[in-house]
Amino acid sequence: MTANSLPQDFAVPRQRSRLFDTVRRHPTIVLGMLIMLLLAAVAIFAPYLGTSDPMKLNPVFRLRPPSERWWFGTDHLGRDLYSRVLYGSRISLQVGLAVAVVASVIGTAIGLLAGFVRWIDAVVMRIMDGLMAVPGILLAIALMALTKASVQTVIIAIVVPEVPRIVRLVRSVVLSLREQPFVEAAEATGTRFHRILIRHILPSAVAPLIVQATYVCASAMILEAILSFLGAGTPSSIPSWGNIMAEGRQFVTVAFWILGFPGLFLTLTVLAVNLLGDGLRDMFDPRMRRRL
Amino acid sequence: MYAYLARRLLAAIPVIAVVALFVFLLLHLSPGDPAAVIAGDLATAQDIDRIRAKLGLDRPLHIQFVEWVWRLAQGDLGTSIFSNLPVSRLIGQRIEPTISLTIMTMIVAILAAVPIGIVAAWKAGTWIDRSIMGFAVLGFSVPIFALGYFLIWVFAVRLELLPVQGYTPIRQGLLPFLENLILPSTALGIVYVALIARMTRASMIDVLNQDYIRTAHAKGLSRLPILLIHALKPAAVPIVTTIGIGVALLLGGVVVTESVFNIPGLGRLTVDAILRRDYPVIQGVILVFAVIYLAINLAVDLLYTVLDPRIRY
Repeated sequence: MTANSLPQDFAVPRQRSRLFDTVRRHPTIVLGMLIMLLLAAVAIFAPYLGTSDPMKLNPVFRLRPPSERWWFGTDHLGRDLYSRVLYGSRISLQVGLAVAVVASVIGTAIGLLAGFVRWIDAVVMRIMDGLMAVPGILLAIALMALTKASVQTVIIAIVVPEVPRIVRLVRSVVLSLREQPFVEAAEATGTRFHRILIRHILPSAVAPLIVQATYVCASAMILEAILSFLGAGTPSSIPSWGNIMAEGRQFVTVAFWILGFPGLFLTLTVLAVNLLGDGLRDMFDPRMRRRL
Repeated sequence: MYAYLARRLLAAIPVIAVVALFVFLLLHLSPGDPAAVIAGDLATAQDIDRIRAKLGLDRPLHIQFVEWVWRLAQGDLGTSIFSNLPVSRLIGQRIEPTISLTIMTMIVAILAAVPIGIVAAWKAGTWIDRSIMGFAVLGFSVPIFALGYFLIWVFAVRLELLPVQGYTPIRQGLLPFLENLILPSTALGIVYVALIARMTRASMIDVLNQDYIRTAHAKGLSRLPILLIHALKPAAVPIVTTIGIGVALLLGGVVVTESVFNIPGLGRLTVDAILRRDYPVIQGVILVFAVIYLAINLAVDLLYTVLDPRIRY
């Protein structure tokens, strides 16, 4: 019997699309992505989603509970909470994305340097140890205490405590790769340094970097909310989730919705980013799958 | 062992030095005149000059640093601009609630997380495991202050089971002390529980796949002793490491939790100091937190030798 005589039934099954395959195997990535896209849409199209001016005072209708007219209720100044929460998503997404990108770029640059240059490594890693010995919130608070509050300064203040995580990751990738035969071979054949960096080192660092950047994004969103909540973050004139909650804290017993809705949105957003990160980690490193 | 301890303490010096330098430079790296920033928007030129002289900002930078470190070495953390009290005394007054909250949270979280992780590992792959891990991801995502207010709303406002906010020192009775700490330590501990439960599960799954566990099953031991005696001890080293790492998370969370629950601890001291731009206090608190963090990590490393006799220093 030859291979040609195999019955039709044994034909190779039709290849399903790779996209479908990914979706089936990594539901958390899809779920995380969907929520994120939805939130991005909300942030961008906030003016068209039945919102009114989020700053408009309306003292007659103070502390109204959620109803048909005010979907999320109103705050102590009669401002429409639904509008404020929707506009607030802009700040969280902005800060989360900006911190993830900036911290990754700076952290990668420092991590590569530390991995390749011995004397820089010693100095840089001591500095990173020092930064990591202080709780991130305190570090960010201290930085904020010295500058005028704005969205940019909030981003910078959060980048500083997040950078060490990226530096450590990139440095460890570099150190493990430098011993690999293919890198030694490249060095031996006289490949230029920047070429080794770009062609041989960076590609291996990209996957763990993306995963780590996702976690940095999640933690940045929480930090921004905490800073604003403590009164050391986004200027209180801007409706960010942390600011809305800070204003609602004295009404926790009578108007819980002021705290509840922004809190729910914040939790959901961070959850989506974390799901995305966990899914990506499983996808890039199947050995770790279902373990952590 | 003592040689190791000495080496570790020596290794902590550069870290503390970096923190100290950072804390010192914070005031000088800021754009603009730090004295003006501290004085606030309403200050006159005389006010600014007074603050500048008081902080020694009118002298050369390196001299300021040497003097500052010299005083630091003598335990002098400076004087609060706002209350004129020594920072070390302010910290001393506020440290008790923070320590109570941290220790209570660690105890509650570890007692909850380790059994949860063990169950998840034992039932790995089942719906029980998956829902536990789902809750862990949720635990990582919910911000402490959102959870804190949710707990206040449910247990204090709606059900009226527990006090809304506040703190009672342990001297005034164990029961009110605990009553006041239940909600804050739950809110603070949830991230910690998620972290430890995940690591417990991962570590236990590794150990449960070992041959000697199969042998234990084969010789007819029941499940509980296998899980708790044969598996948990070798699985403990990564768990303890995570407990140590998580302390940093916990110390950061303390600042927020104390604000939510109106606990007069170090966190509240810091937040008040920021709102008043009371810089010596912020510097002092950051240094104290860094020292606590390093001390706990050292303690964790020393614990390894107890848990795993193969590790010797």
